[in-house]
Amino acid sequence: MPSWPALVSQAFNGLALGALLALVSSGLTIILGTLGVLNFAHGALFAVGAYVAFVILQYTSSFVLALLGCCGVMLLLGILLERVIIRLFYDRPDEDQILVTYGIGIVLVECLRAAFGGNAQRVPVPSWGRGATQLGFLIYPTYRLQLIAIIAMLLLGLYLVLYRTSVGLVVRAGIENPAMVGILGINVRRAFLLVFAVGVVAVGLAGMLYAPVVAVTPDMGANFMAQSFVVIVLGGLGSFPGAVVGGLIAGEIISLTSAFNSSYSEVMLYALMALLLVLRPQGLFGSEGRV
Amino acid sequence: MPISGGCTRMSLLEVDRINTLYGDSHVLFDLSLRVKQGEVVALLGRNGAGKTTTLRSIMGVLAPRSGQIRFDGKSIGGLPPSAIAGMGVQLVPEERAIFGGLTVEENLRVAALTAPNAWPFDRIYQVFPRLKERRKSAGRTLSGGEQQMLAIARALIRDARIILLDEPFEGLAPLIVRDLVEVARNLAAEGRTMIVVEQNVTAALSFANRVYGLNNGHVVFEGTPADLSANPGLMRDFLGVGV
Repeated sequence: MPSWPALVSQAFNGLALGALLALVSSGLTIILGTLGVLNFAHGALFAVGAYVAFVILQYTSSFVLALLGCCGVMLLLGILLERVIIRLFYDRPDEDQILVTYGIGIVLVECLRAAFGGNAQRVPVPSWGRGATQLGFLIYPTYRLQLIAIIAMLLLGLYLVLYRTSVGLVVRAGIENPAMVGILGINVRRAFLLVFAVGVVAVGLAGMLYAPVVAVTPDMGANFMAQSFVVIVLGGLGSFPGAVVGGLIAGEIISLTSAFNSSYSEVMLYALMALLLVLRPQGLFGSEGRV
Repeated sequence: MPISGGCTRMSLLEVDRINTLYGDSHVLFDLSLRVKQGEVVALLGRNGAGKTTTLRSIMGVLAPRSGQIRFDGKSIGGLPPSAIAGMGVQLVPEERAIFGGLTVEENLRVAALTAPNAWPFDRIYQVFPRLKERRKSAGRTLSGGEQQMLAIARALIRDARIILLDEPFEGLAPLIVRDLVEVARNLAAEGRTMIVVEQNVTAALSFANRVYGLNNGHVVFEGTPADLSANPGLMRDFLGVGV
């Protein structure tokens, strides 16, 4: 039985991991919900975000600059992928969409390997995030606390766009029924470009923010992608609140189980998913009959 | 049955010998119909006669394999639904297709977004006071009747020049049907152009000016409601309805 301080510390780790999963999964879920495309390149895009940070931080020590640079690069990459490839697959069967995004993922990962090698790279923790913070009952790495705060702000921004703007209104309607949005006079395909690009930026930023905490390798996104698939099933396919809540639940389950026996952490996650699929197949926030 | 030639200029919508297929199955055969400005046209026929397919072809949800569809003199065949909606054609689909996660007001906002002459909410709420009471409720919490009101309201708020109503009274309680028929009659009296597909023939004929009978994807009857009532054999044989 682990000690209480160890459990509390793991709970904080779960919060950090959960926030990260929430950001990764919200990108995945809005792309799936609106475009109907399950993006298997999501994990590779996570790694691309981390490498963009790695490159920028080699030339400058400004974390803010890295953040902005990452936004820009991911936005361009998202637009490019949608216009050149994804767009051609909207009317194709699901398996074609899976194959093409899976292929994009392989190409991106191998490009990273060709450019940077397969060895792990280190991205430094920003100067203002070094050391540990005294929380009274617990001493916790400062950067991880900041990570939670930064992601919370990004998710809030995404929430405001989705729930307080006309574009967000179209996206939310499109997640439910893209055909009806078209019948109501809106060219929904135009919104698809934006949604894909925003989803790619979200996952890229997640990779970038996570980079200082882990070893940066071309394959670093693979595990995250598998977990974020579980998250969107937990939360309900296409549901943004579902991705956020599902991400936090998944993060806590993985971290708290690790406190007892780390080899069971993923097993518990999949067990929970199986249980939920039996009790509530549409997920926590999903509506019945969606997708 | 002859298809009336008439004066082309008078027709707001002309469907000219369209053939529409669902995959490999041929549903509409050289189907033609005309709707004049301010007219209410009822499409009647058995299940599978092609009524819904006709409306979906006009809206651009299905692309006819051949034939012409002209709206206000312009060819709209082959255009995507969003472009056809932009010209003032508005389908109210059978399944209503309310956005369940959006509130009543958000459903109306989505509809109004690209409409150049969108109605203010208050005008919608005058037609459907019930929707005002429920304006903050999520679409999925509405009753069937309320969903149908919202579905029609989304067409009205766009100030559609022609509304295509697909089975608007289906599955609703008689009292609600009565209210909706009243709304449809008022719209007709105000001169709003509509095509209505309905199994409830009595309800449809109570506000239609003209009727097309469909059978197996062909037009088998064209005339006024009075012509149809005078011909009970036709009603029974082709439309499968007794009045």
